[in-house]
This record gives sequence, C-alpha cells and structure tokens, in this order.
Amino acid sequence: MRHKTFLWFFLPTGLAMLLFIALPIVSVVTQSIFAPHPAVLIEVESCTPLVGCTTETTVDQEATAALRAEKPLGRFVGLDIYFDRGHLAISEMKESWAKADSLGEFVSELGNLPFYRAMAFTLTFVAVVTPLTIVLGLIIALAINSLHHHLKGLMIFFSLLPMIVTPLIGSLILFWMVDSRGVIGSALVAMAGDPDFSLKASTGLMWVALMVYGVWHAAPFAFVVFYAGLQTLPGDQLEAAQIDGATRWQQVKYVVVPHLMPLVTFVALIQLMDNFKVFEPIIGFNATAHAQSLSSFIYNDLSGETRQLSSAAATSVITIIGVAILLSPVLVRTWRDFKGAR
Amino acid sequence: MFLKKIALAGSIAAFAATAGQACEINARVSIVGNEFAAIQAVGAAAQECTGAPVTSNLTSEHQTINVAGMSGNPAEYTTAIIANSSLVALMNEDVVRPLNDLVEKHGDGLQKSQLIKIGDDIMAVAFMANAQHLMFRKDILEQAGVEVPTTYEEMLEVAQAIREQGILQNPVGGAYKAGWNLAQEFNNMFLGYGGTHFKPGTAEPNINTEAGVNALKMMKALSEYMNPDFLTHDSNATNAEYRAGNVAIMNMWGSRASQQTSTEGVLDEVKNGHAIAAPLTVGGGSIPASTLWWDGWTVGKNVSDEEAEATFLAMKHGIRSDMLNDETSPLAVWLIDGYKPTADAQGVFAAAQMGTLPYPMLPYMGLMHSALGNELADFMQGKESAEQALADVEAAYRAAAIEKGFLQ
Repeated sequence: MRHKTFLWFFLPTGLAMLLFIALPIVSVVTQSIFAPHPAVLIEVESCTPLVGCTTETTVDQEATAALRAEKPLGRFVGLDIYFDRGHLAISEMKESWAKADSLGEFVSELGNLPFYRAMAFTLTFVAVVTPLTIVLGLIIALAINSLHHHLKGLMIFFSLLPMIVTPLIGSLILFWMVDSRGVIGSALVAMAGDPDFSLKASTGLMWVALMVYGVWHAAPFAFVVFYAGLQTLPGDQLEAAQIDGATRWQQVKYVVVPHLMPLVTFVALIQLMDNFKVFEPIIGFNATAHAQSLSSFIYNDLSGETRQLSSAAATSVITIIGVAILLSPVLVRTWRDFKGAR
Repeated sequence: MFLKKIALAGSIAAFAATAGQACEINARVSIVGNEFAAIQAVGAAAQECTGAPVTSNLTSEHQTINVAGMSGNPAEYTTAIIANSSLVALMNEDVVRPLNDLVEKHGDGLQKSQLIKIGDDIMAVAFMANAQHLMFRKDILEQAGVEVPTTYEEMLEVAQAIREQGILQNPVGGAYKAGWNLAQEFNNMFLGYGGTHFKPGTAEPNINTEAGVNALKMMKALSEYMNPDFLTHDSNATNAEYRAGNVAIMNMWGSRASQQTSTEGVLDEVKNGHAIAAPLTVGGGSIPASTLWWDGWTVGKNVSDEEAEATFLAMKHGIRSDMLNDETSPLAVWLIDGYKPTADAQGVFAAAQMGTLPYPMLPYMGLMHSALGNELADFMQGKESAEQALADVEAAYRAAAIEKGFLQ
C-alpha cells in the first residue's frame, strides 16, 4: 500500500484513537502531577442540633476560590504523589531498607505498604489465573468440539454462562455461597469440624476464592476463541497424523496446539491486561481486608467522602505502565514475527 | 341557590385548608440523598409540590455522586440530603450555598435548632438526629441471667455469659466491615476513651495514642464474640444477623431501630425480645463511645436563584410538621416542630443527654476516616500490633492530607 493511501485509510481510526485514548491519557498524567492548593483554614463558630455551638475549623472558601482562579490546575507537585506512601513509597522503602537486618524483614516491611501489598496480590493473581484460564479454555473447547453436533449448541451456551453473568453479580453469588452461613461455607465448617472456621476471615483462602472466581469468569472467553480456532484445523494434517499412528494426545500436542498458537498469544494478551486490573471480585467478595489491587485503590480514592483525584490519577498512570511492562514480552515477540514475515 | 352557596363556601373552606400546606413551585427541584426510610419519607413529601418537576435519586451510593452531581453549572442536583460528615465534603468543594436569605424569606416554621450554622452562614437545614446505641435481646439476657450493660467492659461479660451457657456462639454484632464501617466503630471507641483525632487547631493526626491503642484492643476483644466473617459485615448484614436471631447484643444506628421488628421475615422471638438502650461508655469514661449525627438538606450553589428558592420551598414542605404521622414518626428522631418521640427514639435521646460528641465536622476528617478504614483491618486480623496499625493510619492520612493541601 502506498504511504498516502495508507494515511487516508488510517486517518479516521487515528483521529478516534487520539480523541479517546491519547487525550484522556494526557489528561490523567496532567492530573497526577498537580494537586489541590493548600487549604486556607479558618476557625469559626458552628452550631448544630442537640449539641449547641462549638468552634470548628473550616475551609475559607473565598481565599481558596481566589487561589483556584489564579491557577486552576492546582499546585505543581511533579512526581511527589507517585513517590508518596500511598503509591511507590520511596522514602518509606529506603527507611525500612536501612532498618531491616535481613531481606526477609525488608520484604515483610514492604508488605505493610499498600502499593507493594496490592502488587503481591495482583501479580500472584495474574500468574495463576492467566495460564489456568488458557488451559481450561482449551480443554473445554476440545471437549465440546468432539461432541455430537446436536449437543454442541446447548453445551456452548452453558459454557458461556459465566461470561454472560455480570462480573459483580457473579462474584456476589460466590460470595454468598462461601459465607459462613452459605452452602459452601457451611460445608467447609462441617468438614473442618470447627464452628469458627471462616473462609472470609482467612487471607489465603480468600485469595484462592478470588482466583477460582477469576478462572471461572474468564475461561468462557478463552473457550470461545479456541473453539473458533478449532473450526479452521487443517483436516489433511490431522489425517496424516492419524495415519502415522499419533495418539489423541499427540495430535493435540503436535498439530492442534501449534495451529492455535497465535490465538493463545491473543488470549494471553487480553487476560494479562484484564487480570492486572482485577477489581470486581475484590468488591463483590468484600475482600478489601485481604486483597487489594491498583483498580481497587482508584475506587477507594474516588469513593471516599473526600475525593483524591490526584492520587487516583497517579495510580491510573502506574496501572498503564504496569500493563505495558507485563505485555512487553508478548508485544516484542509479535513485532519480531512481523519483521520476520516481511 | 342555597345549595350552590354551600358548595361554594365548602370549596373555599377546602381551599383555605389546603393553602397552608400547598406547595407551589416554579422551577425544577432535583434531590440526591441516602436511601433509608426516613429520607424516603422526606423525599416523597417534597414530591407533593406542584408546578414544576421534583425528581429524587435516593441511593446508598449518594456520597459518591453528590459532589460530582452538584459541581457542574447548572448542577444536576439542586439539593443534597446529607449527614454532618458529608456537609464538610460539599463545603470543601464549594458546591452548596448559604441559606441566610432564603431562611429569612421562607424560614417560618423551621426551628432555630434545625439551622446548621458554620460561622455566620446557614449551610444546611437538619431534620433528624442519629446516633449509634445499644440494641439487644432482653429475652436472651434474661435467660443468661445478666443485667443490661452500660459499659463495653460489661458487654464483654454479657457476651461471655451467653457463650458459656451455650445460648449463642457469637452473641455480639457489629458493623465491622473493612472500610467506612470499621473506621466508624473505631471513631466511637476512640472518642469514648477520650481521644481526639487531631492535634488542636491543626490537621496533624493524633490517634497513635493510649486512647487509640485501648480503642483497638477493645474492638479486638469484642470481635472475639462476633461471627468470624465480621470484617465483611456492614450494618445491613449485621442487622440481618440480628433479625435472624443470631446476635444478642450490638451497637447499632438509631435510624434502624424501628425496622428491627417491622422488616419482613423477622423471627417472632426477635420481635418480642428486641429492646434498645443508651450507648455504652468505655474505660471508665463518662462520654458514650458513640457519635452524634444529624441529617439535613442543603441547596446547591451552581443552580439559578429560582431553582434554589423552589428547592428550599419543596424541601421545607418535605419536613413540615404535617408530614409526621403514625407511619413516619417512628422512622427517625425528627428535629421537626411537633414531633412526639416514640419508643424507638429513646436510644438517640439518651445519647444526646449523655453528652455524646458530634461526629467531627472538620475538612480533613474524611481523609482520616478513609485512612482508618483501609489500615485497621490488619490489626483486626491479628497481623500486626495496635501501635503499628495506628502508625500506618497516621502515615496514610499524612500522605493524603499533603496531597489535598491540608498539611505541608
């Protein structure tokens, strides 16, 4: 394609990307390096029912409005918010590095900082859920593909259900089932023989529940993609393998999986992104005491009575950087394939 | 002719009778607020107004949308029904207007105590009071042979007695869900031990103190008698446990008192055994380990003067004396003229009489509340010491307060 033709062809997409992807990112980055002006506080007498009048501190609106009018963006803080305790916690990290006698102690100190604790959970979640989703999706796809064609439609529908259910509702259903008075919770209490046994009170079990949910919810997506891929399997190759005496397992390993490899890359890309942003199950399971993610931090910052926009913006930028790092091996590989193909 | 006259006289009389309550407005009114029964009643009464549309969005997520919904110009919402903690958030963002001129023009019928004054400005009109206080099952306490507790130390003894006699395994209830609820329970206990959240006159945190440590230790002791899932129980879940007969004693919001026995599916033994009492004190203190709240309405700043006036009239109509009847009176402790307290109200009144402190109305209290909610769960799970948890809260608060410009 000539460059000029390509340019015209790409223009509408490019404009949309600029408007809906590039500009919001610029806005978020700007927001994260500016913070609200110092509050001008004054003491006033405030009167409330049943209590009477007391002296309270409040924000001097006129003075604050004047500051805002002068510099509407707020005060420039550079990377301060990225480095504060709620985010990368650079000074806290240095301090515990200096204090800690061993690496183990340093790591446990890190676990006390929200960002690193959230990272520990998020990365574990990504590392466990992504491969399990791919494997489970492949198994379901192979199983359904070998069914009699009358049964296929029905089974595809049922296999897709976890993805059709709204994520928050899906996690709530599981949450109620694992409640100490729910179906699974009561069964676990009976099996453990301890009336105080609670899945929700144990960080380890809560992580397991979140990951089970993650796989349950995402497997249908992987299944649908692989199932579509299976429809394009080269029949003659399979036949040749069968004539050579390949077992079912060998056929899958040497013919089917290599054929599906580009799709595996695709599913892995999407799942890495999605799992890094894990959010709904944490909210649905009321699991904030045990597990946090960058997305749940953003939610916390924006849902409190005092909204912390700059902090939320900084966390968003860190999320973008995190996703980019996670995806870089896959992207590099795709780029190499592309170069090789030319 | 005679009949006609009578009919005419009758209709005039009827007109005169309704004139006192009629609510005629000429600009839109849009309400955002919490969803509990008392606020639903106020919203419904305000919607009786005619002449212009009155819409309401009453949801438990109101806090997350009211600032955004009032920031635009013209704003989506012309009024937000809020509690004392949220008024600060609205004032920090400068989205509510002083009501002095509207009160002067239309304020007849409002009591002086209803007007929330910050400095010289009337910023909100309160219509109900709220506080957490004791709710318990008198039948279970009788069965266990224990007195109604007046302190948290006694509550622990009561809980132990109930458990030891095998009546209930986890007799204590509490809204200890990690986040806002857990932080609120800490606030109660901390104030009960005589703590103050900030160093006087500054935004410097002051919770890593003896009072803070004692408060956390008491909460931990209480949690030993709670359902092991307590860190996931908000007040709705706690009340569900209470109504199902699984909880014998708890510190609960007064605004929920009337629904403990009237909700569908409540067990008969809970209906008959339900009782309320004053909030508890702790650590030998005289001030209850609770906080006093009010709910009221504001008028948005970014709306036209006509809309502001219509909003004031409609909301005043929503909290007029006549809206109180057999159905609405028990829903809350109303601050409205002509309110006769019902039995459900005695807990909140007792809280006020005992000198319960109001929830701190400070511009930076919201940040402290969030920090407490995020950092205390570790201690409650036994993962770290009370001192460490409180140091974490202070550090988290400090980072947020520096960002928002309250600390340098």
